[in-house]
Amino acid sequence: MALRDIAIVGTAQRPSEVNSTFTSVEILLPVIQQLLDKVGIERSDIGFWCHGSCDYMSGQPFSFVAAVDAIGAWPPIVESHVEADGALALYEAWVKIQTGEVDVALVFSNGKTTSGPIDQILSLQTDPYMVAPLKPGFDALAALQARACLDAGVVTERQMAEVASRSRRDANNNAIAFTKGNESVEELLAMPYTMNPLRAHDCATPVDGCNAVVLAAGDIARRLAERPAWIRGIDHRIDTQRLGARSMIESSSAAIAAQKAGVGNDRIDVAEIHAPYTHQELLLRNAMGLSESTHINPSGGALVANPLMAAGLARFAEAAESIFAGSADRVLAHCTSGPMLQQNLVCVMEGE
Amino acid sequence: MSEADGLVRLRQPIGVTYNWSAGPNATSHLAGLMSGKFVGKRCPSCALVYFPPRNGVCPKCAKILAGDVEVGPKGTITTFCIVNVPFLGQKIKLPYVAAQILLDGADISMQHLIQECEAEDVRIGMRVEPVWKDKSEWGPSLENIQHFRPTGEPDRVMGSESGAS
Repeated sequence: MALRDIAIVGTAQRPSEVNSTFTSVEILLPVIQQLLDKVGIERSDIGFWCHGSCDYMSGQPFSFVAAVDAIGAWPPIVESHVEADGALALYEAWVKIQTGEVDVALVFSNGKTTSGPIDQILSLQTDPYMVAPLKPGFDALAALQARACLDAGVVTERQMAEVASRSRRDANNNAIAFTKGNESVEELLAMPYTMNPLRAHDCATPVDGCNAVVLAAGDIARRLAERPAWIRGIDHRIDTQRLGARSMIESSSAAIAAQKAGVGNDRIDVAEIHAPYTHQELLLRNAMGLSESTHINPSGGALVANPLMAAGLARFAEAAESIFAGSADRVLAHCTSGPMLQQNLVCVMEGE
Repeated sequence: MSEADGLVRLRQPIGVTYNWSAGPNATSHLAGLMSGKFVGKRCPSCALVYFPPRNGVCPKCAKILAGDVEVGPKGTITTFCIVNVPFLGQKIKLPYVAAQILLDGADISMQHLIQECEAEDVRIGMRVEPVWKDKSEWGPSLENIQHFRPTGEPDRVMGSESGAS
């Protein structure tokens, strides 16, 4: 079966904040409205709605059901939800459009990451028998991975500081970003460890945020956007959940996903990588085979604003915007989830 | 862990504390309850009055709700069920009635208890009013109301409303 041409034709993101006093529905609704206005379509033009979020983060079972209020479900709509990052919701919407049932889909995601102790909450997604009872903490797991990488010589502390320094500088030009800075690599290396070998700037800033994108097929996409970001390859791979059974110094799932998505077929101008820790960006760059000529995370990446469950879709939004603006012709968007890069979704988009 | 019967058992209590934000719309509703008032919100697009104001948006129009509207305190039963089944932690004597009540001026119903009458006398269209707990027990909750009881007014004919209840 020939695949349909499907593109991102519009994006909208809410500026990051901490301890938001709005409900998830109240923060989503204006972003979705802004997106519809930008793309110039009505709610009735959307054939499929797909949402990414996580009940553990809001501490409310079935909290995603309330989010349907933000999209206006009357007259009845066709919608779905993934208990995962919005990037996975985008994957589902892409499949839905591939079936030919619909031509236009709206994907949205939200995360109020700062309403609870996110380090503890995230460790609840580890294996419930052998790992979760140890309450390992998410930062601690990443620190173990970073230590293994440093000891194996796969990354250096200087390279990690370079990632942080570049991301914080780039964040100065991004209204959505939360953590910004102009520190040199030397200044960052002089900072104390918060969880050896990680320093505060090696870890992503948890923020509350949400975003949405519109996907459309073929000529509809060409009508809705001047320069659509065409999805040329998309693939999702998962490493084993047994932490002791996988290599901590490489990411085989990211490598396979990148290969299946066709990353190496041509040069990548911009790569938006979802790396919540500095050493993970370095691991992912290696795994996905990105060269020095690729501009990594011009948005500042997840390091400077990590609205969990929305941070992956944010990478798609940022990468697509660089196609819209004409500043890139071939881009990569990546989303991770789970401890130590357990899951990886890779997508290649191109302008025409 | 215990291995008394040859099985290894593991108890893993999980507790996570969240800072839950009600949001500005639900906040005026909850503040109203703390001063003995039923405060709902109106949709700026379709003008329906939501009590309670759900998540602060009109799900029909996908619009953020706007001005405060005081509703009630009297209301009408739109549907009900008689609870006869005992369950763990039950606080109310069986049988009792859980009813959907459409407060006067509101367009969606809310659930509450009906007391001070026989369960078999409860009916759709019955007029009811709130019985508040002592003020010292009030918090930001519909539990400030002990229950609703019949007013004795003539029944209201249901089904002719334009609302979303």
